[in-house]
Amino acid sequence: MPRTVLVVDDSKLARMVACKALAKIHPDWACVEAGDATQAMAALQAQDVDISLIDLNMPGDGGLVLAADLRRKRPNMPIAVVTANIQDEIIARVRELGATFVPKPLTEEALSAFLTGANLRLRKVAQ
Amino acid sequence: MQISDIERDAVAEIANIAVGRAAASLRQIVGHEVLLSVPSVDILTHEEASHVVAKPGNRALIAVCQNFDGPFSGRALLIFPEANSLQLVRAILGQELPLEDIVDLEDEALAETGNIILNSFVATMANVFKRGLTMSLPTVLRGDGRQLFAGAPGERELVLFLYINFEISQKEIRGYLALLMDIPSLEMLRTLVQDFLDTVALKGAGQ
Repeated sequence: MPRTVLVVDDSKLARMVACKALAKIHPDWACVEAGDATQAMAALQAQDVDISLIDLNMPGDGGLVLAADLRRKRPNMPIAVVTANIQDEIIARVRELGATFVPKPLTEEALSAFLTGANLRLRKVAQ
Repeated sequence: MQISDIERDAVAEIANIAVGRAAASLRQIVGHEVLLSVPSVDILTHEEASHVVAKPGNRALIAVCQNFDGPFSGRALLIFPEANSLQLVRAILGQELPLEDIVDLEDEALAETGNIILNSFVATMANVFKRGLTMSLPTVLRGDGRQLFAGAPGERELVLFLYINFEISQKEIRGYLALLMDIPSLEMLRTLVQDFLDTVALKGAGQ
């Protein structure tokens, strides 16, 4: 079933890359863009979002704070934190939040692997 | 000379990716997490760029500097207050070394660490653009912002100035990663950014 993916990144380019890759992998899925944590929370209020892709390094609340907020509000939502910051502490914190670490630059392969896992998780939750 | 919003966005995003990789290299060297700011990108004169670096309280600076050359050229700098220098060298070499050894090894340790971090930063940018860049050997410079930028390519010209703060957790060591790119290089960079954007758009369209 088609899903709605929220892409949160302060870089328009990064959002373009993510949404285009998503369109290629799942042409029938919807992509909702947000430029920061506040916009992300507003988007979440305004529509049904199934999956989130969140940039780590953003002005205002960073990706980890946003991922923690999302996790509290939506315990079962598959969340990926997308970053080139491959430090052990970052990866550990992402995992503590029950989110998936996806390295930047975002590749179709990495996004596809995350989305497959996310879709399975959502199906399992729905059962 | 102006850059469009999407070009500025692309340069900042590519720098963000590059500095993320560079921070991971620094983290491996010092054994502590490296915190990063959001990068800022501007077209400035050297004078203005040196003022940004030499903020109040940052008069005595130390920098590891490497020039890069290729389709675009410029200078990459790892800059921190001189007061932090020995602390950083201690974090790199380990706590057990006596102070005199640390002082002896200061420049060498800074040059080598700078070399790893700046190469990681510049090489990631080169990889994103799929172009090769050559790097000069690292040099260690001391002085205020103006002295650090003296002799850079196109000294009185406008430069693309990219600037990111970093902080090593639990060590009270702060610094900056800066990239100065001269304007003829910037023209080339704009072409590469446009090529990159085109590739992104084409890939997304399924071609």
